[in-house]
Amino acid sequence: MYELLVDLGGWLTGPEQWSGSDGIGVRLLEHLQYSALATVVAAAIALPIGLLIGHTGRGAFLAINLSSFGRALPTVGLVVLVFLASGLSMTPVYVALVALAVPAIVTNTYAGMAAVDRDVKDAARGQGMRWHQVLFQVELPLALPLIMTGLRLALIQVVATATIAAYVSFGGLGRYVFDGLAQRDLVQVLGGAVLVAVLAVALDLLLAGAQRLLFRHRAPATA
Amino acid sequence: MIQFQAVHKQFPNGTTAVHDLSLDLPEGGVTVLVGSSGCGKTTTLRMINRMVEPTSGTIRVAGKDVTEQDAAELRRSIGYVIQQAGLFPHRTVLDNIATVPLLLGWGRRKARARAAELLDTVGLTADAGKRYPHQLSGGQQQRVGVARALAADPPVLLMDEPFGAVDPVVRTQLQDELLRLQQELGKTIVFVTHDIDEAVRLGDRIAVFRTGGHLVQCAPPEELLARPADAFVADFLGAERGLKLLSLTGIAALPQGAAPDGGRWELLRDPAGKPLAWRDTDTDTETPVRPLKGTDSLLSALNESVASPTGLIARVDEDGVLTGVTDRDTIHDHANRLHVTASRDTLAADDADTLAADDADAPAAAVAVEAVEAVEATKGGGPA
Repeated sequence: MYELLVDLGGWLTGPEQWSGSDGIGVRLLEHLQYSALATVVAAAIALPIGLLIGHTGRGAFLAINLSSFGRALPTVGLVVLVFLASGLSMTPVYVALVALAVPAIVTNTYAGMAAVDRDVKDAARGQGMRWHQVLFQVELPLALPLIMTGLRLALIQVVATATIAAYVSFGGLGRYVFDGLAQRDLVQVLGGAVLVAVLAVALDLLLAGAQRLLFRHRAPATA
Repeated sequence: MIQFQAVHKQFPNGTTAVHDLSLDLPEGGVTVLVGSSGCGKTTTLRMINRMVEPTSGTIRVAGKDVTEQDAAELRRSIGYVIQQAGLFPHRTVLDNIATVPLLLGWGRRKARARAAELLDTVGLTADAGKRYPHQLSGGQQQRVGVARALAADPPVLLMDEPFGAVDPVVRTQLQDELLRLQQELGKTIVFVTHDIDEAVRLGDRIAVFRTGGHLVQCAPPEELLARPADAFVADFLGAERGLKLLSLTGIAALPQGAAPDGGRWELLRDPAGKPLAWRDTDTDTETPVRPLKGTDSLLSALNESVASPTGLIARVDEDGVLTGVTDRDTIHDHANRLHVTASRDTLAADDADTLAADDADAPAAAVAVEAVEAVEATKGGGPA
């Protein structure tokens, strides 16, 4: 066990691991790129849905249940399915990652919108705001902390799952895991896993900090 | 100013919130809508700025049918204050107040300047403007709510139980402030409450609603208390209806005599002639007096006469200088006569079933003939 940890330390700190076209630096950037793109696409799909059902109060039941269904989908299964349909490309990976991220964003956006005080919405309308003004000037800013939480959750899940890009022969930190498995190189598998975990935790802390800074004026009840 | 014409509101679930309401609210002055919960008073209020759409009938504000106007623009032209204030928690107090001016496109600088002005109007410090709503007390938040409603200087102000969620002391303060503001601004205010005391304090007119959205009576508070249209109104006004009436009647008409001289009791005055205390010459002790002006109420006179060791109240002019005294019996007689007149009128109205027809302010006033109950309700409240 101790020996394994020493090897792992050596693997992670070896300068040769960090340079070159298949070094950790490049893999890390690839991994971030996959994750960011998938999360952005997921947000583009999920945010309008969450805001719409939150604002109108309609379709919440359907949307939440579809989200739960999406969450229950096995990601690798989805990759294989889309892979069979579309052939070898990054598409199956992105489809799977987006499908994974959408539910977290939809449910949190909806929860944030639903948590906005009815009196506040009533007052906004009563002062003469039009529906889009109520949405963008009142509901959205008040729901933002929960929406950010949703995006954070989605991003973390996507980062952790983006290893599957390597499963269909693309890059990212998953490369080490799948290559390591193929080569029965336990240190490499572990190294990849540790890198993914550290990346996920670091991103989470970073975003949590940004969130706290952004909403420092908020009353504890609404944050 | 605000006209309801055969207005009916039925909600999708079948409940009738407002039943065939016809009511004219003249320009200027405070109209209070009262009634127990579910009587349609809030719905009536919210139909004025189209927060609720009537099922049938017409509502006009300043002669214009509200349903023919753009809802958002209509609402910007009408001040709206709700319970819990409904302030925007993510905006500073100043920006909260500037809401409507910003919607009207005044520009940020002008809107903020106006908001700063209003902070002062509603009795808040300039410092409060920089805070967020959750950093203020409930009473302060409510003041901000009123300031926000006044920001674009709308002629009409709708207030939906605005002081319902603050403690009694703060509530009285806010009521006083509102009366002061109203004296300055002379808005047309529609005010919803379930608190009859608040209604009597604030209202120039009080409209009493009964469950099912029926308007029973709309009249000035003195008239409402003296001549409730039916047993329901009498019951709603409460057993202390007589006392409330006394609280609205001034004592200017009460005769006064000279202060006693040479007896056991001596009324001490300062050099300016302002009464200070009753001195008991037997025991050489003093009891402070609270002198009353002509504008003070019969109720406070009654209260003072009970508190006074001599049974006399000290009467003063506007400057606080003693003008004379009035004895307990005179006050009591007056109060009693007012009280008896009130109950007799109730009885007469119920018997003749005529009040609704006579009273132009109370259309659709359904007069239930429960005269005995009404009189008993009055009797129960009489000063024993």
